[in-house]
Amino acid sequence: MNWRRGLVHAALILLAVMFLAPLVVVVLNSLRTGQEIASTSVIGWPRHLAFDNYAQAWDRFCMAEHCWGIEPYMLNSLEMAIPATIVSSLLGALAGYSIALWRFRGDWLVFGLVTLGIFLPEQMKLIPWVVVLRDLALTNTIAGLIVIHVVQGMSFTTLFCRNYYVGIPADLLKAARIDGAGFFRIFWRIVLPLSPPILIVTVIWQFTGIWNEFLFGVTFTSGGQQPVTAALIALSAAITSEPMYGIQSAAVLIAALPTLLVYLFGGRYFLRGLTAGAVK
Amino acid sequence: MPAGVGRLLTQLAIWVPLLIAAGHVVLFTAWTTWVSFTPSTLLPEYTWIGLRNYRNVMRTANFQIAYVNLVIYGIGFVALTTALGLLLAILLDQRVRAENALRTIFLYPLAVSFVVTGTVWSWLLNPGLGIQKLAHNIGWTGFRFDWLVEPDKAIYTLILAGAWQGAGFAMALFLAGLRSVDTDLLKAAQIDGAGPWRTYRRVVLPTIWPIFITVLVILLQFAIKTFDLVRALTGGGPGISTMLPALVVYDFMFQRGELGRGSAAAVLMLLSLVVVLAPYGLYVRWRRRRQARA
Repeated sequence: MNWRRGLVHAALILLAVMFLAPLVVVVLNSLRTGQEIASTSVIGWPRHLAFDNYAQAWDRFCMAEHCWGIEPYMLNSLEMAIPATIVSSLLGALAGYSIALWRFRGDWLVFGLVTLGIFLPEQMKLIPWVVVLRDLALTNTIAGLIVIHVVQGMSFTTLFCRNYYVGIPADLLKAARIDGAGFFRIFWRIVLPLSPPILIVTVIWQFTGIWNEFLFGVTFTSGGQQPVTAALIALSAAITSEPMYGIQSAAVLIAALPTLLVYLFGGRYFLRGLTAGAVK
Repeated sequence: MPAGVGRLLTQLAIWVPLLIAAGHVVLFTAWTTWVSFTPSTLLPEYTWIGLRNYRNVMRTANFQIAYVNLVIYGIGFVALTTALGLLLAILLDQRVRAENALRTIFLYPLAVSFVVTGTVWSWLLNPGLGIQKLAHNIGWTGFRFDWLVEPDKAIYTLILAGAWQGAGFAMALFLAGLRSVDTDLLKAAQIDGAGPWRTYRRVVLPTIWPIFITVLVILLQFAIKTFDLVRALTGGGPGISTMLPALVVYDFMFQRGELGRGSAAAVLMLLSLVVVLAPYGLYVRWRRRRQARA
């Protein structure tokens, strides 16, 4: 039986190496100079460590007509992802609470429509958002992207919270209502204190999704207003003439770092969100 | 606070979030569908022209290539991701050491933007820069791996990168399923003298087949929506050889400024999703009803 266990472990190690390879390649490249990469290949050990790539990528190298690195785009992404995550999670908690615990006529229909939003392709929402953002005077602003991510994020957050709140025992609420507690008091005193497990899942899911989102960023913002995902594509388009793979690797890593860290520290919750969103 | 105000606030707190979350789905779908029947170009205008946009869109090379590609990419991506995910799940299910660390490794690509992974894969697959170049540098000059720049093979690079990114997701769902299989069932198979391979094929996999359907459907709807990955990896090229439906929509709407045709392309995308999801929805309801009766 031992050779079989050996085989299983060998296969797993091989697969793990394959999964890690792209990450390792970028990390190594971020420490090599552009000339070194261009003259050999993207796969290789740094001859001497070019830490300067990170400084360049962060706030110095030029793309389009600006020489400010990816720092402003990282800040844009933070400025977008943090408020959008918080607001969409809280609204999702409220909506999930209404559906799960304040049954009303047609609640299943409303819930069905909310969850359909998960499957509706983003392409169906582009033109309406163009018009809505224009009417709100939010074209080409971070605030506009926040509005989009809050509204669309509610499909997931409402689904997560509703499915969690359905498990709260009805007797608990009945008792509270007999004591005269209303909608808000029950939410504040009973439901929210029970919510941390699901709110962690929701927040991690939302932050990851919003940070990584690309289509809306590239469609509704341009120039210095873009989130970092859109800026990365602009960057690789801008520098094809001149190889700067070292700096670009550093930029790619910096852009990936926030969600990677969230994943490393909250992987358990990330996985729960993944399966909760899926097995619906 | 008078009771009337309290009640009004309660109603607002219930309905405003719900109306936004549910209403935008209905409103936006209807809106884009409507635009698809109008001659809108740079700005939406609302006169009816029937199915003209649909006919025009379906006649373009972009659209035809995109849907042929969708079939190739859809089947390839779903098959490879499912197979890889199942393999990973079965391997991890053998009471291996460091299971948590391995799981973390197989799932991390999901936490990273497709823009990031697509960019990295575009370097690795670039023949003048990546794997092929490395092989040439170490003396294996006959080695060829240039799918990325071959119009008839570039679509397969999307399958590779997509499966690499999505396999962890399939693994997670399969692993949860494998762990939920009744241990008595496994013991019974063992007593009957079934080896591990036979046990999986005859006992375990048949009991988790609903998970297969879930995984397939989710991966398929994901394949239909693929956008970021193509943009970052091939940009739809070489030429238009890796066009996909989502890119066609974007191209019509924002590169050619033809909102009416772009909307028609978006509605067609939605319809292909419905073809996949509607049977699944019916199946889920059927299963729930059966479970409720049992």
